[in-house]
Amino acid sequence: MKTELTSPAFIAAFVIGGAIVFAAPLFLETYDLFNFTVFAIMAMLAISLNFVWGIGGILSLGQALFFGLGGYAYAITAINLGSGWGILAAIAVPCLFALIVGYVAFYGRISDVYFGVVSLTISLILYNFVNSTSDAFYTIGTARLGGYNGIPSVPPIQAPWAAQPLGFEAMYVLCALTALVFYLGVRLFVSAPFGRVIIAVRENDLRAELLGYDPRYHRLVVFAIGAAMSGLAGAYFAAWGAFIGPDTFSVSFAAQAIIWVLFGGLGTLIGPVVGALSVSWFTTWLGEVRLLDPNIALGLLFIISVLLVPNGMVPALRRLLERLRIVKERADT
Amino acid sequence: MDIIALSGINIVYAVASLFLLAAGLSIIFGMMGVINLAHGEFLMLGGFAFVLSVNAGIDFWISMFVVAPLVVMFIGMVMERLIVRHLYGRTVETILATWGVSLFLIGVTSVTLGYQQLGVSAPLGSVEIGDYRVGGYTFFIIGLAVAVLAFLYAILRWSSFGLKARGTMQNASTAATLGVNVGYVYSATFGLGAAISGLAGAAFAPIAGVTPVSGLTYIGKAFITVIAGGPLPLIGTSTASLLLGFINSAVTAISTPVLGEIALLAAAILLLRLLPAGITGRFFRGGL
Repeated sequence: MKTELTSPAFIAAFVIGGAIVFAAPLFLETYDLFNFTVFAIMAMLAISLNFVWGIGGILSLGQALFFGLGGYAYAITAINLGSGWGILAAIAVPCLFALIVGYVAFYGRISDVYFGVVSLTISLILYNFVNSTSDAFYTIGTARLGGYNGIPSVPPIQAPWAAQPLGFEAMYVLCALTALVFYLGVRLFVSAPFGRVIIAVRENDLRAELLGYDPRYHRLVVFAIGAAMSGLAGAYFAAWGAFIGPDTFSVSFAAQAIIWVLFGGLGTLIGPVVGALSVSWFTTWLGEVRLLDPNIALGLLFIISVLLVPNGMVPALRRLLERLRIVKERADT
Repeated sequence: MDIIALSGINIVYAVASLFLLAAGLSIIFGMMGVINLAHGEFLMLGGFAFVLSVNAGIDFWISMFVVAPLVVMFIGMVMERLIVRHLYGRTVETILATWGVSLFLIGVTSVTLGYQQLGVSAPLGSVEIGDYRVGGYTFFIIGLAVAVLAFLYAILRWSSFGLKARGTMQNASTAATLGVNVGYVYSATFGLGAAISGLAGAAFAPIAGVTPVSGLTYIGKAFITVIAGGPLPLIGTSTASLLLGFINSAVTAISTPVLGEIALLAAAILLLRLLPAGITGRFFRGGL
């Protein structure tokens, strides 16, 4: 919408966000930059899950599987044809897969809970499948799937016009900038007419249908876009670590994505990003100090988020600030 | 002739194991409409309870039929009391919370029991069918599935608890108005489902061994069977097990177990396209 695009707040957000992204390499160590790159990638996954679940109202418990699919599609295509085609494949393959699954599910009008569990089951079975592909028989072109060993030496991203692949700093800027674009894109989407219909479908799909909108079609579009976004994040992840493995299809990775969004605030725009950054920082830190098994910590965090902070941290903090402001105003008068 | 008998046994075994793995989950799902994502960990804990008590010198069958179900029932009821109880009526939150429990239980068992695989050898020897040998334990699993089905049917059909449970399943608020303590029924059903899962986990421990993550190898099949079966726990799960177990073992026989799993999933998704609420969402209405 024109008004949203030209609103001062939106332009300010874009400029400030962009400035932070570009300034970071100036004062960060290479190691931190390396970590920040993966945080930006996780933020992309969180934004895409929030787009599908928080805004589209689709309980996509296995959303991380599109991240894995994107990573594998990138790795296989980049090894065979170069990284440019790899990025395209990483967007197209998950999107296509989501269109097939989504068509069957939404046009069959599977209930929310069923859909969530089916998507998680697809993730589980993909995990088992990829783990079983260590045999040399599973080779696509010159890329071996490698089973539980994953695919090593995935080529880095290289712009078609450049002589060199992206370095650490350029890779960081690319990931952070894409995350920013995702965030702003979702923000624009929500205020656009199509996005408003999506929200109507989320709130009450029967009413939306009676008003003449087809909820099945709208859900399918959201699901496919979300899968493409997760797929791109997966491609960056594979290029970042020069590696993609079956763990991206594992249940615990799928759970992490859910925890980020839930902990930060499902359906809010900035919440999932905050969730992804804080929880991935927390688990990285936990891995360094070896204080607690990460599964125990994530499980507890998950349970606590659901029971005590069902709306997420960002809305909870917002409400707390609001309450403090009211208390202060009363004290002043 | 022998090979036909052997494939027949394999198919029946696949159906029976699918039913056993899914039965506990289906009781909880049928009752509350909630998929317990910690189901795999219930199976895993049943396996651990069984293996550890056999290693401690307790009789094999007592460990399987008494120790494992009781331990997991206790854990299930504690979980119901502490977490699930606060979320009744909010299905999505319940699913997410049980997922948290699942991660927590994997973490706790891997810290306390370690990552190495524990196991006991399967008893009952083997039976000769022509040139082939089939483990006696295979027949035990088939018999156990039939016994569990009969036991659950008897409890739900004829006991006074079963009557209250079925009433609550159909309409919880009406049941509450008529004086049924709905909270107690939920808690007991959750415990029953957990106990059956514990028994199933114990029954598969001699075949597959137990590790903290062994629940994950079972849950995919269990989820899909229950979802394909639909809201009625017994008829739904047994018909879905029949159908999916047959497809799974047929595809496994001509290719690999992983492709068998993929075929099972694909068949279930196609089934859901035709019957979005599962088999018993359309057929066998009002059964068990």
